[in-house]
Amino acid sequence: MTTTRDVASDVAERYEMVVGLEVHVQLRTITKAFCCCSTSFGAAPNVNTCPVCLALPGTLPVLNEQAVLLAVRAAQALECTVNEESLFARKNYFYPDLPKGYQISQFDRPLAEHGRLVIGTRSDGSPAVVGITRLHMEEDAGKSVHDRFPGVSAIDLNRAGVPLIEIVSEPDMRSASEAGTYLRRLRQILEYIDVSDVNMEEGSLRVDANVSARPHGETRLGTKTEVKNMNSFSGVERALEAEFRRQCAMLDRGERVAQMTMLWDATRGEVRPARSKEQSHDYRYFPEPDLPPLRVRLEWIARVRADLPELPQAKRERFSREFGLAAADVEVLTAAAPLADYFERLVAAHPDAKTSANWVMGEVLAALNASGGSIADFPVHPAALARLLDLVRDGAVSHSAAKRIFEIMVRSGDPADVIASREGLLQVRDADELGRWVDEVFAEHPVEAQRFKSGERKLQGVLVGFVMKRSGGRADPKRVNQLLAERAGGG
Amino acid sequence: MTVPSAVAQVTRSFQRMSDVRAGANGLNCILWTDREAALADARAVDARADRGPLAGMPFAVKDNIATLDLPTTCGSRILEGYVSPYEATVITRLREAGGVVIGKTNCDEFAMGSSTEYSAWGPARNPVDCSRVPGGSSGGSAAAVAAGIVRMALGSETGGSVRQPAAYCGVVGVKPTYGRVSRYGLVAFASSLDQVGVFGVAVQDAAIATELIAGRDARDATSVEHAVPRYRDAADRPLAGLVIGRPREYFPPTLDSRVAALCDRALDAMRAEGAEVRDVSLPHTSLAIPVYYIIAPAEASSNLARFDGVRYGARAAGEGLRAMYEHTRSRGFGPEVTRRILLGTYVLSAGYYDAYYRKAQQVRTLIAEDFTSVFASGVHVLFTPTAPTPAFPLGAKSDPYEMYLNDIFTATANLAGVPGMSLPVGRLDGLPVGGQFMAPHFDEFAMFRAAFGLERALGAEAHA
Repeated sequence: MTTTRDVASDVAERYEMVVGLEVHVQLRTITKAFCCCSTSFGAAPNVNTCPVCLALPGTLPVLNEQAVLLAVRAAQALECTVNEESLFARKNYFYPDLPKGYQISQFDRPLAEHGRLVIGTRSDGSPAVVGITRLHMEEDAGKSVHDRFPGVSAIDLNRAGVPLIEIVSEPDMRSASEAGTYLRRLRQILEYIDVSDVNMEEGSLRVDANVSARPHGETRLGTKTEVKNMNSFSGVERALEAEFRRQCAMLDRGERVAQMTMLWDATRGEVRPARSKEQSHDYRYFPEPDLPPLRVRLEWIARVRADLPELPQAKRERFSREFGLAAADVEVLTAAAPLADYFERLVAAHPDAKTSANWVMGEVLAALNASGGSIADFPVHPAALARLLDLVRDGAVSHSAAKRIFEIMVRSGDPADVIASREGLLQVRDADELGRWVDEVFAEHPVEAQRFKSGERKLQGVLVGFVMKRSGGRADPKRVNQLLAERAGGG
Repeated sequence: MTVPSAVAQVTRSFQRMSDVRAGANGLNCILWTDREAALADARAVDARADRGPLAGMPFAVKDNIATLDLPTTCGSRILEGYVSPYEATVITRLREAGGVVIGKTNCDEFAMGSSTEYSAWGPARNPVDCSRVPGGSSGGSAAAVAAGIVRMALGSETGGSVRQPAAYCGVVGVKPTYGRVSRYGLVAFASSLDQVGVFGVAVQDAAIATELIAGRDARDATSVEHAVPRYRDAADRPLAGLVIGRPREYFPPTLDSRVAALCDRALDAMRAEGAEVRDVSLPHTSLAIPVYYIIAPAEASSNLARFDGVRYGARAAGEGLRAMYEHTRSRGFGPEVTRRILLGTYVLSAGYYDAYYRKAQQVRTLIAEDFTSVFASGVHVLFTPTAPTPAFPLGAKSDPYEMYLNDIFTATANLAGVPGMSLPVGRLDGLPVGGQFMAPHFDEFAMFRAAFGLERALGAEAHA
């Protein structure tokens, strides 16, 4: 006997998931896309507005050049071809948070096309690539608030006119986890090139998914549905799974999947069809007559490309090549560019890459997590940490003492050497001093000492422990071992 | 001769307004005025060390151009009582030049019409014959100039809305090149065709006003950086050497022969002054009206979406959002605006876009190329009738399509983006008839040179 759920997952195994994603990203400009209003998040409602973004009669849009720069940066980072001439278009629909009754977007001549994003490596070693169909510029709508005031809806137009890029992928992903990887890679790239806050909670990154199912081996695409209303990457993955299972069950019953919009309900963990008015509109696109064609010169495009920082994929490849680190470690260290920079500066001063990596991934990230701060403001500079690692390498402090020293460095910002001597954490390596502690331990534990001296070598560990304890952890355990070995009997 | 004070000029304008009964019970050409505010502006001009080139000259403004203080309703109920918190670039420029706004003028609702009968505030009347329309959509501005209230007024054009009423009222009306004058503050009807235009009693008034409002504006991305010559200087240029094209498509056999005769008399007068007149052809002219009535409504359907009752203007109650939209818009917009929104929505719909909008844009390119090639052939300006007939009686045109045909000689310039102007060339049964010049893009100077020359050559005949 099988449960319903088992049947569903069996069904799912007979089908392949096909996913394409549409990602909207707010560009980090100072002013809006077509007027001079601030884009800052969290201002009082309708404060960041003017006649243009309120769509007062007679106003006209003027394109923000900074938005174009950021969009072209993103396009280049995603290896898109940037069109020298692209066109703005009006996407017409009525909604109270869309002041003009149309959104200025791009339609049949987008800013950039034909990009790609590497999301991993296939089993044969070749890169797993998701194609980027297009990247275009558009403006954000305002926000409607339906649950704040009884009986009425409120409109906040602070967000209206904030510049966005929409990044549309090819249907190249084959599982929910591939979709998740694509999104995390995409977010990482956008963070690296500093074009957006890419914060899903604040809405600076939003994802809609197109998903279809087909029997394994089938090459034609099945009918897709669009899934909306996800507010986290894991939500996207769960929504895709849910919608995929729904489609598979339908296909298995011989039903046809209808092209429609589904909404993800994160609380109930299910998808449901959007109301009919949220289904597909006729947007009546036509070229925006208020804006001339957007022309960007080839030399300028090339300059923007040359100005891009090292991108995550290149950095990952270089880190594993230069530092001989494991893929998982490289992944952690290159998660964000400032962390990778920190690591590189650390290695420059303390060339043991493996140790450096372990410290960054361990103590440094733990301290950052605890404080909630960013690596850029981290009080322990790479050179200071390198000095601490030097002390460990040279045996001047123990590994456990180093951790204590590090904690104090984080709090005080003092150099490792100063803390080590102030706190008495320098390791004792002096043979006389160590010898005294050994004598004292032998005197205190005469039975064990006698058995050890008679050749019971396995007691050495216990005795080292006694010595370490007596020294308050300051004895260099290596030296203590040497000393004890010298005194061992049976010899 | 000393120029009278701004206060004296403005006072005289208001006196004339009352003498000719410019308000709702008379010509109905002026919708909104504020005498005290205008006088305060006039006093401010008089107090300036430099009163500017206009030196306190009063001017009237079409109701679809944003002004501070006075309402900007576009002749529509949906904007009843709406006062703009900012002013149009053209208003700022004229005020800086010493001009004083004395009132907002009646117009067809959202500039959609050719008679000023489609105003929510009642039709305006032609000062030459009060039983007739002043033309439209800028009929109120044309009438205010013709009635002697102001020497100068602003209007707007999408398809002849300055030139045709200028012709009907016997004044001068100019539509500059698309991109020559900022549209910032002009309430959009069809953005790729709209352009602010000017009216003047004589060519000189229109030349000065055009010169003052022309030039690039950072707030209008479609305005163009292009040197603005002193159009007034065109008055000193003789007609000798000017090559005038007479496009045969604008003199069809169906044209009232008396209108054609007045235009040919004007051509003869210019020839007598040394101009050369050539027969030319603009073969795609007949397609202008169908193309215009696809493109203009398409853009209008989008431009007028913002009048939704949410942020400003009239809002009608309704159960739920959809009902609020429907009631607000169906009560706020008049029948002609509704008709064009429906038309425009239709031609932009999925499945019809290619057949209508895209095709219309392709034909629009052919119409523009007609002008490019005729001007490339050595013709400096074109001369045509402005409208097929003089002003018609109020209520005479009940069929919208018949009304649309009024734009047959003017819509081409909007579609091609070239400048055009109308000036009086004579009268038929006491009613003014206008002749039209059109010139290459940004060559308003050639157009003014021709217009000054024709005005000189015709003298008093222009109004006889």
